[in-house]
Amino acid sequence: MLKLSLGPILWFWSRQTVFDFYANAAEWPVDTIYLGEVVCSRRRELKPDDWLDLARDLKACGKNVVLSTLTLIESEADLRRLRRFCEQNEFLVEANDQSALQVAIRNKIPFVTGPSMNIYNTATLKILAKQGLQGWNLPVELGKETLEQLIIELQQEGLDLPAEVFSWGFLPLAWSSRCFTARHYNLPKDNCEFRCLQHPDGMELRSRESQELFRINGISTLSGSRYDLMRELPDMERMGVNTVRLSPEHLGMEEVVRRFDKVRRGELPATDPLQLVEAPPCNGYWYGKPGMDLIKP
Amino acid sequence: MELVCPAGSLPALKTAVDNGANAVYFGFKDSTNARQFAGLNFNDKRAAEGIEYAHLRGARVFCAINTYPQPDGWEQWKGAVDRAASLGVDAIILADMGLLDYAANRYPNIPRHLSVQGSATSHEALSFYKDNFDIRRAVLPRVLSLDQVRGVAKHSPVELEVFAFGSLCIMAEGRCYLSSYLTDESPNTRGACSPAKAVRWQETSQGLESRLNDVLIDRYGQGESAGYPTLCKGRFEVEGHVYHAIEEPVSLNTLDLLPELQALGISAVKIEGRQRSPAYIADVARTWRNALDNLEAGTDGFTVEPQWQQTLAGLSEGGLTTLGAYHRKWK
Repeated sequence: MLKLSLGPILWFWSRQTVFDFYANAAEWPVDTIYLGEVVCSRRRELKPDDWLDLARDLKACGKNVVLSTLTLIESEADLRRLRRFCEQNEFLVEANDQSALQVAIRNKIPFVTGPSMNIYNTATLKILAKQGLQGWNLPVELGKETLEQLIIELQQEGLDLPAEVFSWGFLPLAWSSRCFTARHYNLPKDNCEFRCLQHPDGMELRSRESQELFRINGISTLSGSRYDLMRELPDMERMGVNTVRLSPEHLGMEEVVRRFDKVRRGELPATDPLQLVEAPPCNGYWYGKPGMDLIKP
Repeated sequence: MELVCPAGSLPALKTAVDNGANAVYFGFKDSTNARQFAGLNFNDKRAAEGIEYAHLRGARVFCAINTYPQPDGWEQWKGAVDRAASLGVDAIILADMGLLDYAANRYPNIPRHLSVQGSATSHEALSFYKDNFDIRRAVLPRVLSLDQVRGVAKHSPVELEVFAFGSLCIMAEGRCYLSSYLTDESPNTRGACSPAKAVRWQETSQGLESRLNDVLIDRYGQGESAGYPTLCKGRFEVEGHVYHAIEEPVSLNTLDLLPELQALGISAVKIEGRQRSPAYIADVARTWRNALDNLEAGTDGFTVEPQWQQTLAGLSEGGLTTLGAYHRKWK
């Protein structure tokens, strides 16, 4: 059966919101939970030790816990925080950039890679496998055709590298040195007043024809439509995908998880999935089309 | 510091060399490089001619194979590395780990440069590429501030090349999927951002509209100059305000920073723009050559001549330039 994971929280939520979210998530039918700040180094509601404590709690509840690293590393301070995660041996690490790869490999810490890692072919997976790679996420812009070929080639190589697919939520599409939330409020990035806290599911960026294009979330830009591969789960199971990643939202996440849990057990609902925060669905990437497209089965 | 100039065509390559480039970089006529444009880039015959021209005049030639091959493209991309090697290039600019590994094993004597598409933003990331693929040089992404470049340079295990002039990518390169979200092509997969095949211009009663795969990127009123609809440089609406929500159409220009870059031990400055005309390349290369010569003469201290800035501003998007992320205030 496909496994379910909760990806790292991509938004900036208050400390209490984060604790409440995971206290609930401990009861949900997810196998793996990714913890840590992956977007902005200024988001420090939880310190590395808070994340580690949370990781231990969730592990005690029977969850497989992975510590996720920051995606855009820019400073020595970022590297120091990174080392805190990549120099422990209690938990698996999700490397989200090549700095994390280097530190994990140097410390002989087993790791997996997140969807922002540039993995497009089997040769790349083979190199990382030799260095301790335990599993990997498909980059969000790749689809089922490439994934299927990769899985077949890995099998031919005799490599057991479980594949995970970002399957529900707003797609993380870009990271910048610029903070778009601060820019919107006309604030300097270094003095942003933590405005992201006011936008627990980001800010909508629309075309001048009101088409939902992107979601601004600090230094990151996400898709304006919500990626939803619920109906593609049977496809994934057939081709040998290991884990289906659901990206946290602050409202109604439990219902999303339970819906996917049913689908992986073979109960495909007749109606479309829940729409929590208002946003159109998309699944184009999976079918090799523009990501924003919605391909009807 | 070495001046590295773009060559999208043989005339551009020759112009760059004639106007003082120490090195030029080019790509093949396909999606193995990050500037896939119709009518641009080199076949093997033209590349051989260009390499000979440059070598006779003491300039080096780098070949960019800096997109990411998927399984069905693996043989083609590997073939591009073989072609570059047999042409006798002075370095291959690579991003993909699989290809870096192939090049390092098959052609250990041809230097490997890490492309900006390799997304290395720290000295740890550079060490990863150095340890695994013995890269000689890395091109730093345009997202780092000068302070951050200083931090990277201090511990860097390899030579560093930084962007000096041209289009400004404000997203961490090699990890930006905005283009493939709106179209079906991205820099990583096809060497294209906001591809021309998806662009449509339309004169309407509200003004001139630029669209990318039907998405309205910008609309220009009377007297406004229109620019190419690179999707991150459009005007969008956020909470009722319409503005350049991601980035203005401006160019990066780091002339003012040259002394600092030199002090940091940066090995090379890179000019962006393989899609540009030979006339553009001539002006930019000459201006930067003058600046670098002035810097190296170092007699009365380095000053930026107004004439240089004027030339470069005239060649910039919207006539505007910025220090980009190098300058902390920009954020």
